[in-house]
Formats: sequence, C-alpha cells, structure tokens
Amino acid sequence: MTTFADQTLEEQIAQWRAYIRRQPLHGPDVEELEGHLRDQLAALTEAGLTGDEAFLVAVKRMGNLDALSREFARAHSERLWKQLVMAPEADEPANKSYAGTLVVLGLAVAAALAIKVPALFGIRLSPDDAVPRFYVRNASLFAFPLLTLYFVWKRGLTFVSGLWLALPFAAGAVFANIYSFRTRGETEVLTALHLPIALWLAVGFAYVRGRWFTDGGRMNFVRFSGELAIYYVIIALGGGVLTGFTFMMFAAIDMNAAWFVGGWLIPCGAAGAVIIGSWLVEAKQSVIENMAPVLTRLFTPLFTVLLLAFLATMAWTGSPINVKREVLIGFDLLLVLVVGLVLYAASARDPQAPPDFFDGLQLVLVLSALVVDVMALAAIAARISEFGFTPNRLAALGENLILFINLAWSAWLYACFLRHRSSFALLERWQIAYLPVYSIWAALVVVMFPPVFGYR
Amino acid sequence: MDMSKDLVAASATPLVLAILAEGDSYGYAIIKRVTELSGGHLQWTDGMLYPVLHRLERQGHVAAKWSASENGRRRKYYRITREGRAQLAAQRQQWQIVDGTLRGIWMKACTA
Repeated sequence: MTTFADQTLEEQIAQWRAYIRRQPLHGPDVEELEGHLRDQLAALTEAGLTGDEAFLVAVKRMGNLDALSREFARAHSERLWKQLVMAPEADEPANKSYAGTLVVLGLAVAAALAIKVPALFGIRLSPDDAVPRFYVRNASLFAFPLLTLYFVWKRGLTFVSGLWLALPFAAGAVFANIYSFRTRGETEVLTALHLPIALWLAVGFAYVRGRWFTDGGRMNFVRFSGELAIYYVIIALGGGVLTGFTFMMFAAIDMNAAWFVGGWLIPCGAAGAVIIGSWLVEAKQSVIENMAPVLTRLFTPLFTVLLLAFLATMAWTGSPINVKREVLIGFDLLLVLVVGLVLYAASARDPQAPPDFFDGLQLVLVLSALVVDVMALAAIAARISEFGFTPNRLAALGENLILFINLAWSAWLYACFLRHRSSFALLERWQIAYLPVYSIWAALVVVMFPPVFGYR
Repeated sequence: MDMSKDLVAASATPLVLAILAEGDSYGYAIIKRVTELSGGHLQWTDGMLYPVLHRLERQGHVAAKWSASENGRRRKYYRITREGRAQLAAQRQQWQIVDGTLRGIWMKACTA
C-alpha cells in the first residue's frame, strides 16, 4: 500500500473507506475505487496541493457516492439479491460472515429436528390424526429458544445472560405441561395461543442485547417482528408450492406422500423457517426499504374507510352488533390490527417531521376503531352479565381492555401532536413502553387461568 | 464547455474501448488519457468510469486482472478482448455515420 507521509490524509482515506463500505458495493470494487483515489491524491500532491486540498478535490472528482453505487448496482443487478443474504457488516471480517451462515443453517436444522424429538417418545405428527395436544401447547418452545440462541450468539451476549434468557423458556415449558387440562378445554387452547406472545418478549430481550431501555432497540425489535412476519408468509408460500409439487409428482408414480408432507416437510419447514426468516431480516436490514411500513401506508386508508363505512351503516340501519361466539375475538383482532398500523406507521416515521395528512388519517382510524370497539364491548358486557364468565370471555375481555387503553391514549397523543401541543416522539415512546404489557398479560393467562378456571 | 450528460455517457463505451485498444490500462490512467485526448473538454466524474468498465467486463468486451502496480498496491488492469475489438469496430462505424451526417448538414449551413 502506498501510504502518505501525511498522517491525517491516511485517516481521511480510512474514513472515506468506512463510509463507502456502507454503500452496497462489493469489496474489490471498494479496493479499486480506493486505488483510484490514492493515484489521484498522489498526482495532486505532486502538483503542489496540500493533503487536505488534494483530498477534497479527489473526493469531489470521484462524484456523488449514491449516484455511483446506483450505477454499480445497475451494472451488477444480480448482486442486489446477494447483498440481501451475504453482505457482511462494515468491518466484519469475511470468515465471521461465513461462520454466521453456518451457525444459522445449524440452528435451522436444529429447529427442524427439535420438532421431531417428541416422536421418539411416541407423540407423532401424522396427517391422518389431529395435531397432538402436546404440540399445540408447546408450539413456540421448539423454534423460539433456538432463535434466542441465535441472537445470543449474534449480539455476543455472555453465557450468564444467556442463562437468564433460558429462564422464561423453562418456565413456559413447565406451565404448558404441568397442568392436567381437560380434553378440548378452553384453557388449553388459551395457553397455546398466549405462550408464544409471552415468550416473544424473551426473544426481544436477546434481540436488543439485554438492553431493553436504551438505543431505540425496542423499536428495532418491533420492526424486526413485522418484517419477520412478512418473510415468514413469503417462505410459507414457497413451502406451499413445494408441498403441492411433492404431492403431484409422487402421485404420478402412485405413491402417497402425505406421511412425509404432514409428518416431516411441513413441521420441520415451519420450525426452520423461523430461524431462516430471522436471519434474512437481520441480513437485509438497511439494504432495502422495509416492507411493514409500506403495507401500513397502503392499508391505513383502506381500513379507515372500512371502519367509517361500518359505523355509517350501523347508524343508518340501527341494527345492533349481534353477539355470537366469535365476535369478541373478532373485535380483539380488529384492535390488534389498528395497534399494528399505528405501531408500524410510528416505526417508519421521522419523529421530528411536522404533522401531515397521514397523521390525521391515523387519528381518524384510531378514533373510529375506538367507537366500534365501545359498541362491541357494550354488547359483550350485556352477554357476560347474563351468562357469566368463561376463560375465553375473560381472556378476550382483558385483551380488549389492554388494546383499548393503548389506543385511547394514542388517540389523545395524536390529537396533541396534530395541534402542535406535543412531539411525535411522545407517541412513539408510549407505544414502545406499552410492549411488555401484552406479554405480561399473556403470561398471566398461561399461568393463572387454568387453575382458576379448573382446567376446563 | 459543458458537454451534455447523454453525449458523455454515449461516447464512454467507444472511448474506453479505443483507449484499451492502444494497450492494457487501469482506471486512473484511462481517465487521464481521456482528459488528455479531449484537451480537457470531456470531464468525467471519476467514479462513473468503473461501472462502465464493469459492464464491459460482463459483456465480455474487456477482461480484467488484478496485479501488482509499481507502488506495490494491487491494481485492476483491463484488457480489450476479441469481442471488444469487434464491438469497437461496430461503434466506430455508427459514430462515423453520425459524424458524417452532422458534418454534411453543417457544411451546407456554412456554404449557404
């Protein structure tokens, strides 16, 4: 390497190199560009410029780096995909990213095998029978601990904090399995539904490197969760195509592939995809625009229209909400969806930007969701006072209240923000501060509900 | 004189190929040669040369090789290939047609 006697010039080149590495450029391309910069600098200093002057001129002549990397991307369009999967971090040595690939593949295989371990003890997945209750209760305990392990490794957590993170999973395994649930009991289904929500918080702790309250890590975890959900759906679609072809091709030679698809392909694929999906989300971070905020922008207006149309129709016809079994769950899901839209809109928003039309739209969405929910709650309260509590009704009611409080306060903060009374950062802080509430309630349902309701 | 961006971009390929037809070279030297040949009228943003070179490499018009330079650093040298020479000949014909056409009309404008 030609080094310049001028120490600050070398430092400036190093800074430039660090900056350019953040662009989606290939390693050798950076080296080639750096060589060019050094040649230029040598020529300019020879012509009598000082180091600083030469550096300014040389960098300016190199041109706008964004435009440059766009040109590079156009010349190498295949690399864009590769960067999604392979791009190592700025100063990460190449062998670490290679090791990373191995670790991820190892964990994905481990997750796929873990899901088959109960088969050794006679609990089998078969396409002919219903899914064994053991699997239903423990679904999240196969992939989540391995995903946590991945983040423990990736973030370089210590062994001790790794042990702390193992605690929630151990507790989850205990509470999912010690209770003697009645066959087809409501509480068993509630445990199956709530355990993943409770344990996702533990994954989050590993994700933010155990520092839950600093560095905007929680918002990153929210982003990660949304992107993972999208990636998981995409991988599932691919898996569906694979399944279809497996059936079709083996049927062509008069073989039934159902035992393989139902017993191996789908369960192992579903478990492994959690790890692979997380790895993809981690790897492509900041390379391309995230999908969740885009979907949020797309669907916020549509859901607002839906809610307003629903309210208008109800006011026009005067027909009350007909409380059936699923209605409470349905309105819970509606609130979850609205909270999701608010959360992902917040995650992609610049907190410093002034309010715009989209923020007003969000407020309309939240308010109309609240009104719809109040009507649903009134109808449901009437039913509960008539027929009493069941585990399902209490769980759904609790969730409804939790989401309602979140949205009501969000609406207030939105209104203040729109009238320039407060900053958007407050709303963002409220949303991320609220995150553990969901998991704590879910944990409560898992731990308390079965004994309280007599395992029915 | 400021050249139009499109014209600079369009002339980049034949120019690079022609310079490499003179002999193997590397990025910085190619830029220097362009400035020299055009009398400083053809100013490229330095970085933009590299995507052009890489595109030509993918199309097989040039071949690249990393080797040591006189100052001990690794440097990527480019060499024109047989396809590159054919491409250069084709481009040259096209440019001559453009050049001839413009010349014809401008001569008429002068004499009229």
